[in-house]
Amino acid sequence: MYTLAIDTSNNVLGVAITTKDVVIGQISTNLKKNHSVRLMPTIDLLMKQVEIKPSQLEKIVVAKGPGSYTGVRIGLTTAKSLAWALNIPVIGVSSLEVLAYQGRFHDALICPFFDARRGTVYTAGYIWHDGKMSCQLDETNILMTDWLDILLKEEKEVVFLSPDMNVFYEQIKDKLGMLAVIPEAPYHIANAAHLALAATHYREESTHLLTPNYLRLAEAEAKWRQAQKRENKHGG
Amino acid sequence: MNKNKDIYILGIETSCDETAVAIVKNGREIVTNIVASQIDSHKRFGGVVPEIASRHHVEQITIVLEEAFNQSQLDWDDIDAIAVTEGPGLVGALLVGVNAAKAIAFAKGKPLIGVHHIAGHIYANRLIKEFEFPLLSLIVSGGHTELVLMKKHGQYEKIGETRDDAAGEAYDKVARMLGLPYPGGPYIDRLAKEGEAKIDFPRAWLERGSYDFSFSGLKSAVINYIHNAKQRNVEIDKADIAASFQASVVEVLTEKTYHAAQQFGVKQVIVAGGVAANKGLRTSLKKRFKTTELLVPPLHLCTDNAAMIAAAGTIKFKQGKRSDLTLNANPSLPLQ
Ligand SMILES: [Zn+2]
Repeated sequence: MYTLAIDTSNNVLGVAITTKDVVIGQISTNLKKNHSVRLMPTIDLLMKQVEIKPSQLEKIVVAKGPGSYTGVRIGLTTAKSLAWALNIPVIGVSSLEVLAYQGRFHDALICPFFDARRGTVYTAGYIWHDGKMSCQLDETNILMTDWLDILLKEEKEVVFLSPDMNVFYEQIKDKLGMLAVIPEAPYHIANAAHLALAATHYREESTHLLTPNYLRLAEAEAKWRQAQKRENKHGG
Repeated sequence: MNKNKDIYILGIETSCDETAVAIVKNGREIVTNIVASQIDSHKRFGGVVPEIASRHHVEQITIVLEEAFNQSQLDWDDIDAIAVTEGPGLVGALLVGVNAAKAIAFAKGKPLIGVHHIAGHIYANRLIKEFEFPLLSLIVSGGHTELVLMKKHGQYEKIGETRDDAAGEAYDKVARMLGLPYPGGPYIDRLAKEGEAKIDFPRAWLERGSYDFSFSGLKSAVINYIHNAKQRNVEIDKADIAASFQASVVEVLTEKTYHAAQQFGVKQVIVAGGVAANKGLRTSLKKRFKTTELLVPPLHLCTDNAAMIAAAGTIKFKQGKRSDLTLNANPSLPLQ
């Protein structure tokens, strides 16, 4: 029986089919191009290539964000609907954790990040420990300058992994200097097969309860909450 | 295969703030029709917030699918195709329905059918009564004000549309000015009954013979009226404003629909969309159409639902029209 892994949470559109020990197939592109149009045809193509029918799937794994709100929703909706229709479990894995797997062989603090605009990033800190990626610094949406200050206090090497490296490269180098390890291009792209691997450490959730990991409130929601807070203060 | 087999279509609709799934038999009979409304969540913002609507759809979609499917007592073998709203609507909201439909169609090996939201609103009426062509449809909602002529199934000719605000949009804006809650339509409708239409707000008839609509002038007139009253410190009568505003909207909608019906010699006139629930509009249309058959669906089929998408999808299914897995949300999908 097979696991189907799906990642459309950022520019990478990745689909993989794995068993417990083998990656059977994988397709990936790194383009800012319509994930909604291309995801299902990509899944269809891969499954045909490896000659696996939907009924042979036993698990769906999906990157649940953070990342592009729309991309995350496309992945999750597709994964949840497939899981529901096939009556199989679905597991959501952090998009940051999946990317962190690209730093698997480094002793340093592994720091994946995605550009979240206005100088901020979605990020977290991981180390490879006890046969899996374990989270050292919790996922957060933070100004990159503030984040680099936090990392500096760790006083150790940090591996930076990000498809948006070009936006923050100078800033990282300026602040962390020799402590910053920035590998070559292929390491900055999440690998869908790692989703399936990461998922082996997670318990299955109810399909209905799996929700995106936006790491940020919708703008209208944030404004509304702020207004409520102000009102409460004035109202006594 | 039995040619007279019943056709069951599963419909999905997520174009705005309702997550809806339904199963319809032979395009005419509702098997199940589940609608999860988000209105309570958007009320505090005074309107639908697209990003929040999309977030709710993702949370709701499989729950609503399951409820609809379980209630139907059908097997997957019974389902002939998956129909889904591909547009128009809020793109982020549409995406959830479209991607869910594609995934299910793929998982279960079912044909996929993209449906136009307005075609859905029209076909909501076929769940009540069989169509007779030619027919004219007036679609009025928060997003639409259109007159559509149909000479046969699945063929739509738009003969008029709004050039600015949709009728429902004007209702919401005027309601906000009057301090009424969102969505404003039902509140204005109710308030209008208590007032008198004695303020002379403009009616936008546009060029002679045009079936297009325009409500932005009316909206501005109402806003100006309220501002002027405030400046002069004159107490405004909200009920009278509501009644006068509604009178203007209803008169234009009724007269344009009536004249189009006359010109094209239609056998039926269908009213569809959320504003079709408006009592003032229903009463006025009923008075005007004495000989032509007037169809107004019950409230739960006027507002967005998935039974209407399954009903419209059934026609496409019978005509052999299919979508493939590249189907995408199209917020400005033309009706054709
Ligand atoms: Zn609608």
